[in-house]
Amino acid sequence: MALDKATVARIAALARIKVPEAELGALAADLSKILTWVEQLNAIDVSGVEPMTAVAHAKPPLREDKVTDGGIRDKILANVPETAGGFFVVPKVVE
Amino acid sequence: MSALVKGHTGEWEVVIGLEVHAQVISKAKLFSGAATDFGAEPNTQVSTVDAAFPGMLPVLNGFCVEQAVKTGLGLDAEINLQSVFDRKNYFYADLPAGYQISQFSRPVVGRGKIVLDLPDGTAREIGITRLHLEQDAGKSLHDQHPSKTYVDLNRAGVALMEIVSEPDLRSAEEAGAYLRKLRSILRYLGTCDANMEEGNLRCDCNVSVRKPGGALGTRCEIKNVNSIRFVMQAIEYEARRQIEVIEKGGAVVQETRLFDSGKGVTRSMRTKEESHDYRYFPDPDLLPLTLDAAWVEKLRKSLPELPDAKKQRFLAIGVSGNIVNSLIEEREVADAFEDEIKKRISQKGLSPEETKSAVEFVQSPDQRQLSPSLLTAVTSSSGATSSTIVNFVFAVANARKEDRATLVRRLDLSGLGDLQDRKVISGRMVREIVEEMADTKKDAATIVAEKGLKQVTDTGAIEAAIDAILARESAKVAEYRAGKEKLLAYFVGQVMKATQGKANPALVNELLKKKLAG
Amino acid sequence: MSLNALTIAETRDRLRRKEFTARELAEAYIRAMEAARPLNAYLVETPERALAAAAQSDARLQKDEALPLDGVPVAVKDLFCTEGVETTAGSRILGGFVPPYESTVTANLWRNGALMLGKVNLDEFAMGSATITSARGPTENPWRRKGDNRPLVPGGSSGGSASAVAVHAALAATGTDTGGSIRQPASFCGIVGLKPTYGRCSRWGIVAFASSLDQAGPMTRDVRDAAIMLKAMAGHDPKDSTSAPVPVPDFEKAVGQSIKGLRIGIPKEYRLDGMPKEIDALWQRGIDWLTAAGATTVVISLKMTPYALATYYIIAPAEASSNLARYDGVRFGLRVPGETLDEMYENTRGQGFGAEVRRRVLIGTYVLSAGYYDAYYLKAQKVRTLIARDFDEAFKTCDAILTPTAPSAAFAIGDKMDDPIAMYLNDVFTVPVNLAGLPGISVPAGLSADGLPLGLQVIGKAFDEETTLRVAAVLEDAAGFEAVPAFLAGAA
Repeated sequence: MALDKATVARIAALARIKVPEAELGALAADLSKILTWVEQLNAIDVSGVEPMTAVAHAKPPLREDKVTDGGIRDKILANVPETAGGFFVVPKVVE
Repeated sequence: MSALVKGHTGEWEVVIGLEVHAQVISKAKLFSGAATDFGAEPNTQVSTVDAAFPGMLPVLNGFCVEQAVKTGLGLDAEINLQSVFDRKNYFYADLPAGYQISQFSRPVVGRGKIVLDLPDGTAREIGITRLHLEQDAGKSLHDQHPSKTYVDLNRAGVALMEIVSEPDLRSAEEAGAYLRKLRSILRYLGTCDANMEEGNLRCDCNVSVRKPGGALGTRCEIKNVNSIRFVMQAIEYEARRQIEVIEKGGAVVQETRLFDSGKGVTRSMRTKEESHDYRYFPDPDLLPLTLDAAWVEKLRKSLPELPDAKKQRFLAIGVSGNIVNSLIEEREVADAFEDEIKKRISQKGLSPEETKSAVEFVQSPDQRQLSPSLLTAVTSSSGATSSTIVNFVFAVANARKEDRATLVRRLDLSGLGDLQDRKVISGRMVREIVEEMADTKKDAATIVAEKGLKQVTDTGAIEAAIDAILARESAKVAEYRAGKEKLLAYFVGQVMKATQGKANPALVNELLKKKLAG
Repeated sequence: MSLNALTIAETRDRLRRKEFTARELAEAYIRAMEAARPLNAYLVETPERALAAAAQSDARLQKDEALPLDGVPVAVKDLFCTEGVETTAGSRILGGFVPPYESTVTANLWRNGALMLGKVNLDEFAMGSATITSARGPTENPWRRKGDNRPLVPGGSSGGSASAVAVHAALAATGTDTGGSIRQPASFCGIVGLKPTYGRCSRWGIVAFASSLDQAGPMTRDVRDAAIMLKAMAGHDPKDSTSAPVPVPDFEKAVGQSIKGLRIGIPKEYRLDGMPKEIDALWQRGIDWLTAAGATTVVISLKMTPYALATYYIIAPAEASSNLARYDGVRFGLRVPGETLDEMYENTRGQGFGAEVRRRVLIGTYVLSAGYYDAYYLKAQKVRTLIARDFDEAFKTCDAILTPTAPSAAFAIGDKMDDPIAMYLNDVFTVPVNLAGLPGISVPAGLSADGLPLGLQVIGKAFDEETTLRVAAVLEDAAGFEAVPAFLAGAA
């Protein structure tokens, strides 16, 4: 699959990664090459095969409904780039 | 119930499906050990898992699964013994991981149904498509700062059940009835508080219109409506809007809309097209959820009696059909009612054996046979108590903005019932006594005694009052006798006024008729 | 002999015999760590912490109450969150991040008496095979080609770990392995690297790359040390749903046991076209060694092997694209301002991620996006099922599998940089093991023509690290690998 610059720009927007216009061409070429390479899987017949979503060896125990965490706001906010009044702060979101 | 909407070009049918997000009652969050309490200080109920710190992993809360399965059983739904948690990927300030853990392709609960009791007495079955577990997002506050949004993650990670209905609803009223019934079932099960004001029940409405029997129209989704009243208003408005668009020759655009409760209108949400590409895939941090069939059966057997069953039972013990729905809507009210009638039966002066049989009959009327007199004792008790609760206690609770069930529990209604049974007080005195009981915590008998509310059943006193009024109103008496019989109500009113409402109305009626016939 | 040249087993015994103290050992390693700075293996050095822990170890050793790893100085891959010590995953986007928690695996090590020397370099978010994509610059391999002083890569992504252990600036190191990130650098640096069964070590507190593939493991001087380290690192962790609730055996007991009668599978598909002759020859020597030790060999077929890399390069980026969404400038790490929330996200992630991470996140986003999911991601997951099935079938006829670890020896820093696919081919023999969730170990088995270490890989059945270690120890004995790198920091 050859990706064009517009597709790369759309994927980059979806992933929220700013890609300078000047780099789009080279990136599109890189990604196209990788995608074309992985398309070798097209040669395999997988009809009737279940997808493997996890390496499950045993049924894991479930958590009990107990409050065992939280109450650590100082730790939660210790690395924060911007905070006020105990909140995380981001540029204004218009809904 | 026919619910067609008239437009210029004829009648339209409204097609509605609802997606309800119900917050699961649990102490801890769906995938972390942080608390779920409402109204805590910002970011104090947040673990490093909820805030999506590097290397943090989700571990499923088994109780939340139990709650979802219980709800599924309560909706008469298929339980999927294998289900999968998926990641729904999108960026937002209050979604710390950049994805929400949800169930997309394989939900824990499949098809089920809800029976609606419509105001005209008919019932209608609404299909449930599915129920799945997912995490709630945090809360964004946009009004704290002119150029900033503040984010509180206390709610992030709290367990939600998304309950999706089939597009089976046909009017705003039906949508309202569906939500009330769902709320009632959730509360009976104890799986969701279903308090829309606290945001623990939220609703997305899918609305489209079509010519009756025609192909489905294009639908719009109205997001995040937070009260039953607003859901009904939003649907009403949206259906009208769509009909207008089509009748003007336009086409409905499939989109997400918001309901502005202030203006009572829906408006288009400005969303970028790409934000809908959620890139769902199975969460590799969580293995598929496998349930044990025997465990599900055990849960099924442990379910409480649900509203539909309770309704049938209450009808069988003498609750009137037109008030039974409001009596069973809240489990606590129904329970309190049941305790009251049992108390009342025990005060009827029956033998211990009779009392026992009667009480057992209340608990399972389909398993018991009663003698006609005992049956009358039960049905009169439940009939009177239920009507007192629905007609008077609810009114007082509403006026005082008090919780209905709490008020029913708090008041000694059996004492009140005893006075009614002995005809000491009239129906119209009940409201006054209930109000007084609510205010003072005194029992009914004390209030009756203190206020002199005793019903006047002394024929002499009533006759004296009637005579005085008939003498004063000779012109009206002549009219009555000339055939204007509806004046009777006027005379009754005058007599009641003269006796300060204490006269037994039945007696007044009887005596008046006799004297007027004179 | 320098203290730094001892293995964990030797160190442990001599500490208990009080031939030297944990403090002396820690000081020797701190000096070596400083001497090794030109390699850029350590990103953060924590000598005070090491000395404080050594004092506690000495107190226990004095009372003859030593813990299994008392005094053992360990380098920690900077993918493990360490409480109070900066953890960046080699990325700009996590610059300055100080975790308020300790990963389960490192906590297990400290609980067993080991001490932390510092945090070591890696490819950014563990995405790479050469430790050249780190925001903090590349790490060098202490080995040099004969007659060529050009710096070589240590392999990756656990290149800092491999380099530090090889140069004797750490007695052991933690690594993580998503597609070969423990075994390939172990092979490049002439040390032992063990990737345990998926679920054997907790992933809690390890910065996630690809959750269904990531697994932590030890990197050590010899096979016995790998067994000792794994016992301390492993165990069920209720905080990781994919951590297996299975007991942890005493792996060290397996080391030195006979392999007589064991059936060793030799996968025919692993003989690649164009693979250097010396790799093939080394593999043959390995077969001969095992046969000489009493094992029998069986040719097995892992027919999906040619497709493993392509499968991996769909699944791993897909999971990574989602795992790395949390680096958004809101709660920790880098924030590059923007007018709107989306601009802030795009600036932060645009400047915070390096080229390889960006490439993989975009590939991952693409293969999960509407219209492409079935063709790429779902297809890859189905092929993954077939790959795992191949191993299940093979293990019906054999007890362990022998393969080369990597198709080449270490290459020069700067090589293969402009061709991502050439770089990806480094992992051709290791990736299938991750896809199937099996244990694999790389053992140094010989030198290339230009004097660089080459490893052989033993692959075991799920949760059968014991047989894997047993076979690896026999290889190690037979190979008698005693070459040392051009540079040894602890030699003084």
